[in-house]
Amino acid sequence: MRALAGVEDEEKWLAEGIAGIQHNAFFMHRALDANNLREVLKYSALMLSELRTSKLSPQKYYDLYMRAFDQLRQLEIFFKDESRHGLPVVDLYELVQHAGNILPRMYLLCTVGSVYIKSKQAPSKDVLKDLVEMCRGVQHPIRGLFLRSYLAQVSRDKLPEIGSDYEGDANTVMDAVEFVLQNFTEMNKLWVRIQHQGPGTVREKQEKERNELRDLVGKNLHVLGQIEGVDLEMYKETVLPRVLEQVVNCKDKLAQYYLMECIIQVFPDEYHLQTLEALLAACTQLMPTVDTKIVLTQLMDRLSNYAASSPDVLHEFLQVEAFAKLSNAIGKVIDTQLEMPIVGAMTLFVSLLTFTLRVHPDRLDYVDQVLGACVVKLSSVPKLEDSRAMKQVVALLSAPLEKYSDIVTALTLSNYPRVMDHLDDGTNKVMAMLIIQSIMKNDSCISTADKVEVLFELIKGLIKDLDGTNVEELDEEDFQEEQNSVARLIHMLDNEEPEEMLKIIYVVRKHLMTGGPQRLPFTVPPLVFSAVRLVRQLEAQGGNIAGEDVPATLRKIFQILNQTIEALSSVPCPELALRLYLQCAEAASDCDLEPVAYEFFTQAFILYEEEIADSKAQVTAIHLIVGTLQRINVFGVENRDTLTHKATGYSARLLKKPDQCRAVYACSHLFWVDDPEGIKDGERVLLCLRRALRIANAAQQMVNATRGSSGPVTLFVEILNKYIYFFEKGNPHITPSDIQSLIELINTEMLSDNGNTTIHSDPFFSSTLRYIRFQKQKGGVMGEKYDSIKL
Amino acid sequence: MVLVLALGDLHVPHRAADLPPKFKSMLVPGKIQHIICTGNLCIKEIHDYLKTICPDLHIVRGEFDEDARYPENKTLTIGQFKLGLCHGHQVIPWGDLDSLAMLQRQLGVDILVTGHTHQFTAYKHEGGVVINPGSATGAYSSINQDVNPSFVLMDIDGFRAVVYVYELIDGEVKVDKIEFKKPPTSNSAP
Repeated sequence: MRALAGVEDEEKWLAEGIAGIQHNAFFMHRALDANNLREVLKYSALMLSELRTSKLSPQKYYDLYMRAFDQLRQLEIFFKDESRHGLPVVDLYELVQHAGNILPRMYLLCTVGSVYIKSKQAPSKDVLKDLVEMCRGVQHPIRGLFLRSYLAQVSRDKLPEIGSDYEGDANTVMDAVEFVLQNFTEMNKLWVRIQHQGPGTVREKQEKERNELRDLVGKNLHVLGQIEGVDLEMYKETVLPRVLEQVVNCKDKLAQYYLMECIIQVFPDEYHLQTLEALLAACTQLMPTVDTKIVLTQLMDRLSNYAASSPDVLHEFLQVEAFAKLSNAIGKVIDTQLEMPIVGAMTLFVSLLTFTLRVHPDRLDYVDQVLGACVVKLSSVPKLEDSRAMKQVVALLSAPLEKYSDIVTALTLSNYPRVMDHLDDGTNKVMAMLIIQSIMKNDSCISTADKVEVLFELIKGLIKDLDGTNVEELDEEDFQEEQNSVARLIHMLDNEEPEEMLKIIYVVRKHLMTGGPQRLPFTVPPLVFSAVRLVRQLEAQGGNIAGEDVPATLRKIFQILNQTIEALSSVPCPELALRLYLQCAEAASDCDLEPVAYEFFTQAFILYEEEIADSKAQVTAIHLIVGTLQRINVFGVENRDTLTHKATGYSARLLKKPDQCRAVYACSHLFWVDDPEGIKDGERVLLCLRRALRIANAAQQMVNATRGSSGPVTLFVEILNKYIYFFEKGNPHITPSDIQSLIELINTEMLSDNGNTTIHSDPFFSSTLRYIRFQKQKGGVMGEKYDSIKL
Repeated sequence: MVLVLALGDLHVPHRAADLPPKFKSMLVPGKIQHIICTGNLCIKEIHDYLKTICPDLHIVRGEFDEDARYPENKTLTIGQFKLGLCHGHQVIPWGDLDSLAMLQRQLGVDILVTGHTHQFTAYKHEGGVVINPGSATGAYSSINQDVNPSFVLMDIDGFRAVVYVYELIDGEVKVDKIEFKKPPTSNSAP
């Protein structure tokens, strides 16, 4: 047993050891030069005695060992040349066994053994067997490991493999394998022994040292992988079982983990596939402290890569039922390792799912199975609180989204929503956003009401308040981002068949209406426009839907629209609702549904009267009402009169005079529509324009009164432009003299007050006059109209 | 050579999920010097996206825009051209070119860019040019039954403006171009 040593002490001992080796090597070389076998053996044994130390850590011991190793190469050359020492190799083999201490004896024996085999005076297998057994004499872990490592090194090129110089009889490969396996087994035993010594702090140090030594043990597996003649059969029947036996039986966490990794990395993937059952069985038998997840994940990763390497390989996977075996093994590991935290189980499922998606992407039943196993595990925990486990579940759910660019595929996985149910509310929403992002990124289209239903169930965390959440507590920007995502999603739900599309709209509406006043302003507009698009499509194509004629269906849709927009009153957002009502009014007009259009206008006006108080908002609202009304041609005289009267009235009652003026002259267009069948009431047009003029005058007077100077003539010029507009359209009530007097009026207004004779110039007026000049010089009909107007 | 992107009426997310992918791949940051936008984005996300294409963004208010602070109209000078920008729902009758011509005279601009109808037009009249870049997303419009996604790219070089219109028709991007010259003798129309 090594005592605890300070680093300085170790340096000292190493230096001493090196000095010892060099000292004896010097004399050994003198003896070599003199071909003095006796002296050679004496000094080489002395030299090798330095390796008998138990004071050095593995790294330092390795340093010492390498120096000895170099010297032994010289020795081997000497041994090989019988002419120098006179002894046949058989006798030499006998002679070195007389060395006093076992360690030097064994090193010498291995060195001679190497020569012996090369001489072919004995079968390689016999010598090797002899050596590997005699090494048992050294039971000290570090010394033994290095000794056996030496044996492995010198024997490497002398194994009786197929095609080598040392090939034996029919069982030759078996012999080579046997030798390596035995050496491996003994080395592992020695290696494991280091763990079982000393108290806690010492153990930590020992673990570090053990790691430094591990490649000595692992090398044997590499050799096994390289032996010529080891085929799948031999691997399956002999190599793997023996190795696994040692792995499981050594009951050592470090060894098990390292060796399993080694096996997976060293041997070919096809072998793993064919020995999957044995490998997995071993995995389930490992010590509970071994991180089996990583081992299994590595295995699955390798197999996934193997599957990807060539399409022919796939049927092998199916043949050996790889998925079933892996799935069972993972289940077993999770069930037996009761202390495994939930995050561990989830990580395993993620690895298994990754494997499944790479190897069997078309087997949705496999994918669903993995999710199902996950659900079972999640159900066994009261509540999922570990954030790392949560992250794994999100990774689990994201994997199918990334693999299958068509979201509809993921939607068919029956266990998918069940897994989502186990997420906490916050993570649930994160997952819902990921789902939406996947849809947007892939430009997917969800086209049946059933799928939409499933989808909205999945994203319900965004659609409504789940138990326990309070929408007030949410960060505003995050909330807006969420809701805007839902809004955009609605446009990805589409079906060319109106019948199915209508079903989709019903489903969407049903879910959105549970959203509450915070969400409606975001989600209602896209729903409304989806429905209005459907209306337009139906109106264009005619025919029947589900046995019902189109107008009946249209009326139904408009009813839903009405109710949906009405829900906005709970928010409230009257301006948005007004705009949506107007959109619907126009759509209804295009469908020739006069009462429906009228109803929508009524709703819009009510909102204007009762809910929209802000003067700026009123201006915009009135323009939207007038603009919409101007385009609508479905109304009969009475209805139209009522609405235009109201519109004009409201226009005149806006707060600011300039706004009044503009709204009123906008109303003039209500009475003149350029269609062949459109209304052309010239008189009422003129009435509007004159009213606008009066308001402009009043506005001008107000400016005079409050500021003592003329205001801008803009309003007058605008009205002039409107006069010109209708004049050109052929309104008989607008004469050239009307235009002339308006021009005079503007000229007058532009002269400043208080005797100031500076004439303001107004670019708008100038360009208007320029336009008139342009029209005049056109000649023809237009030129004639303008003829009497003098500028 | 100054490149000006004119677009508008995206109506995200009310009427459309996003710009068409083919448009997005064409609108690469760093190539365009100015963006003029007729409004109705409608959300900040789109505003931010446009700013990544070009930081010099001019925008006016559409009736569905989330941000109520955009101005009703705007004028700016690029090269030898004075441009005016207005969404167009304020000009009644909607889409009426004579009424838009009045706005153009009022703003005193050579090129008036306006939207609302979701229909691309480029119209030359006595007072100047009226350009409507249409709807960049092809959003539903009560005014226009058949909407294709479209936007306009203007190449302004001194007194010359070449207007390229990009339209997405049946999945293919079609380009057309119109040229305008402004006579160097100031305030008459191009």
